[in-house]
Amino acid sequence: MPAISIAEELAKKQREISVSEFFERNKQILGYDSATKALLTAVKEGVDNSLDAAADADILPDIFVEVRKVEKDEFLVVVEDNGPGIVKKEVANVFGRLLYGSRFFSRAQRRGQQGLGISGAVMYGQITTGKPTKIRSKVAEQDVAYEIELILDTKKNRPNVVEEDFVVWERAHGTRVEIPLKGRYIAGKQSVPEYLKATAIVNPHARITYRPPEGDDITFERATEDLPPKTKEIPPHPHGIELGTLMAMMKETKSYKLAAFLEEEFVRVSSRVAKEICETAGLDPDTKPKSIVLEQAKALHDAMQSAKLMSPPTDCLSPIGERLIKRGLKNVLGSLRPEFYAPPLTRDPAVYSGNPFQVEIGIVYGGDLPPDQPVEVLRFANRVPLLYQAGGCALTQSVGNVDWRRYGLEQRGGQGLPFGPAIILVHVCSTKVPYTSEAKEAVATADEIMTELGLALKEGGRRLKTHLTKKEHRAKTKEKFEIVQLILPRIAEKSAKIVNKKIPTLDATITKIMGVVWIDEQIAYDKKLKRHSVTINIHNFTSAGKKLNLHLLLPRGMEAKSMDPKPAEARDDGKITWELKRIDSVTKASISFVLDGLDEAEYDESDVYVSGINPGLVIGAEPLPGDWELNYAEFEGEEGAVPEAAEEEGEIDYDETEESLEDE
Amino acid sequence: MSKKPKAGAALSNKAVDALYGIAEEIYEELDGGQIPKMKIPLRTKANIRFDSKHAVWKYGSLMGVRSAKKLKGALMLLRTMHVLEFIRDMIRDSKSSTLREMYYISEGWDIAKFHAQEESNLLAEDLEVITQLLREDFKLRPEESGASVIGNLTLEEITRNGDRKRINCRDDVGDAGYTIPYNVEKEKVKLIESDAKFILAIETGGMFDRLVENGFDEDAKCILVHLKGQPSRSTRRLLKRLNEELKINVATFTDGDPWSFRIHASVAYGAIKTAHISEYLATPTAEFVGITASDILNYELPTDALTPRDIGALNAEMTDPRFNDEFWRTEIQAMLQLNKKAEQQALAKYGLDYVTDTYLPEKLGPLGLM
Repeated sequence: MPAISIAEELAKKQREISVSEFFERNKQILGYDSATKALLTAVKEGVDNSLDAAADADILPDIFVEVRKVEKDEFLVVVEDNGPGIVKKEVANVFGRLLYGSRFFSRAQRRGQQGLGISGAVMYGQITTGKPTKIRSKVAEQDVAYEIELILDTKKNRPNVVEEDFVVWERAHGTRVEIPLKGRYIAGKQSVPEYLKATAIVNPHARITYRPPEGDDITFERATEDLPPKTKEIPPHPHGIELGTLMAMMKETKSYKLAAFLEEEFVRVSSRVAKEICETAGLDPDTKPKSIVLEQAKALHDAMQSAKLMSPPTDCLSPIGERLIKRGLKNVLGSLRPEFYAPPLTRDPAVYSGNPFQVEIGIVYGGDLPPDQPVEVLRFANRVPLLYQAGGCALTQSVGNVDWRRYGLEQRGGQGLPFGPAIILVHVCSTKVPYTSEAKEAVATADEIMTELGLALKEGGRRLKTHLTKKEHRAKTKEKFEIVQLILPRIAEKSAKIVNKKIPTLDATITKIMGVVWIDEQIAYDKKLKRHSVTINIHNFTSAGKKLNLHLLLPRGMEAKSMDPKPAEARDDGKITWELKRIDSVTKASISFVLDGLDEAEYDESDVYVSGINPGLVIGAEPLPGDWELNYAEFEGEEGAVPEAAEEEGEIDYDETEESLEDE
Repeated sequence: MSKKPKAGAALSNKAVDALYGIAEEIYEELDGGQIPKMKIPLRTKANIRFDSKHAVWKYGSLMGVRSAKKLKGALMLLRTMHVLEFIRDMIRDSKSSTLREMYYISEGWDIAKFHAQEESNLLAEDLEVITQLLREDFKLRPEESGASVIGNLTLEEITRNGDRKRINCRDDVGDAGYTIPYNVEKEKVKLIESDAKFILAIETGGMFDRLVENGFDEDAKCILVHLKGQPSRSTRRLLKRLNEELKINVATFTDGDPWSFRIHASVAYGAIKTAHISEYLATPTAEFVGITASDILNYELPTDALTPRDIGALNAEMTDPRFNDEFWRTEIQAMLQLNKKAEQQALAKYGLDYVTDTYLPEKLGPLGLM
């Protein structure tokens, strides 16, 4: 794997050359190539460490970040967490040795992968300021915290302890690091607060507090108390493993037989499949793996690629999940009052080059988001925000590859970043994210990943489009609704009063103006009971009685209670069907139910569908998918929707022609 | 105006009947299960026709429909019902109100309230157009800032106490002149006599004051009228009466921009907004002596660039039938080409007396007015 060899290379070099030279040569890879980026990188390394440490110990992370201005261009970066702490003898190594740690061969999804992270920040700080880094850490078993100031001995790749002490710390456990460094503090897109905001979105289980050099603290509260599921290490998957790696594995293996090697060192390979692979490759299953020569290895490699296999297990991955993406987005972006959060989408895991990966997307639309700007793409890899190299990143490119014009956003020529009031979140998690460079700033365009991203984004786009269509229909009809509900009765009342006659019945006029079945809903939330009370109203504004079936699709894991009337069917997958009896012309029917135990933000719009009625007559609900093919003879003789341009021949709307009057 | 109330009760009944008719039509439509609507002559430049009998522009036969099918139409119909009721009650109680008061009264009409006075004014005019009555018949009066008159004109005005007061608009007034009341019909204002050769209707206050200070009314034997921008109905009506009854010619003296051209059009040809009563308001023989594009070139006047709105207005005038003659076509096109406009006070470039000593004599001379 190239990541290892380059990292090892760096370490070797680092022993031979001076520290300043090392940084000069490799600062791009390390993320310290500019003063602004250096500051952000140090924060990022600290936060990554804190999140990983908390995950290891099943702790809900509570992270405090401070950037304190010391002098004109010197800052102190502080990152403090409530993690498990580090035992005394390891503290110096973790922070004071490059490439310390053992994550290189791990196939579990981690934030850090190189082991250069936090010690790189320590080293950068030391070079630019000449000052040591201060670390304080406490494990639960100890009564006091261990505090140490250290400098890296760059010749030996060993930490030099400047000072150490035991101090009293009110925290039960945790780690605090203070790194002095030269940097430049900026606001805006690639800034510390933006990075922390993005981090908070994809880590809804974390509470992050930020104290900027000037101004008030910013706190991103946690949106869930549930820890993300644990990830575990898995062997590689046979699909797409590189030939070189396969050969290296055969050299190292302890298995004596090829079939056993395949079964034991790869995931999803049963003994039957192992034999099949050997057969396809024309190799004896009992061959000693160490004896396989290049030609044979090639045949074996081909056979492995073509073998029919289950996808790798997904519990080595840590997707955020659809519910939590929505929560995270709402939690952090709520102040922008977006009108719509497209239901986020987590694709099933897939494999590239033997590495399982999974993509997730979320779309936020409307509200205070700027309508005439390119959409903002929030990129994440293994829950880490990517802030640089947007143009060269698979995540940005996959957004640009979708024709968003079909989904209601503007886009020049149907490709490139679309324009509109939207934020698109794209997350790729994998045991090994294919970054374009060692700096881990952008994801490479692996075919399998691009395909999955494309599918996810298109599905997200469809969900956005459904919302926009519904909104458009509603807006058109809402006006008419206002006319018949508010204005018409008053015109009737006033005119009756003036001519001194009884108030006329308006039903016929109302159906002439509306001519639709209008479905709307009210959702009330009781904070104390954590209860959503939902009422769906079906108004029949057509001239004849109507009956129809109403279908409600509840998101996974929600259960409707106290349903009134009783549904005809309630399925386990969340689909509930009501068969509504005849609703007379100009009357309404109502359906109500409650949902218990959800946060208010978790349910804001019902997913409703109709069947058994001409869908063209219905506003506020989509036809039940698959219902289009229904027998249309059933609706014959029913009136169609009132045509939009119901203008009579040659009729001019008087109130649309006032142009010249105002100017005189 | 000429449809002045003679026997108050009789005319009020006519107004009440007309309003009842409107409400009844709406009621019948609702009762018959139809979508209520009102047909109104279109008040647009596309629907004004030259009335050769009166030599003014009047509404043509194009009708628009205000229907409850659209939100805006439905709201206007509801407002109409409120206005009908309001007017009916005023007539019953022998009250009257200003248009502005009606606008404030509408605050109590909930969703039917007017959001700008312009809306209520337009609706009052709609009722005039439909019923062929005048807003005075509906007990509605304007809140128009009275324009000013200076010159040797003698008239008699009925005061609040019902006395007749004779006023000479040169000798009996201060520098601000005689203020035109909102009602200038015969029963209120009687025109006695004038030796003026012409009336100069001036757009801006600055120019009005200049001509007053220079004593132009006496030197040129004319009556100066300050239009205050787009002139009110009563100002236009007074000009019309002076022209018809005392046989005094009218000339309009305005800035050189598209909006000023429209001021002249409403004085001389009839305004689009009030085309239903153009024969009472317009003075077809009025001449234009305001700043033109040619003047900008000939007098080398200081200018401003046309704004996009100005250009839009000029282009709109190109398709306005009232400007469809050679003089206006040439001047409008020339102004568009120049891309410049000028104020009448720009003449001060050549000194304070230039307008009275040179410009106006040069303009009015060929018309036989000086």
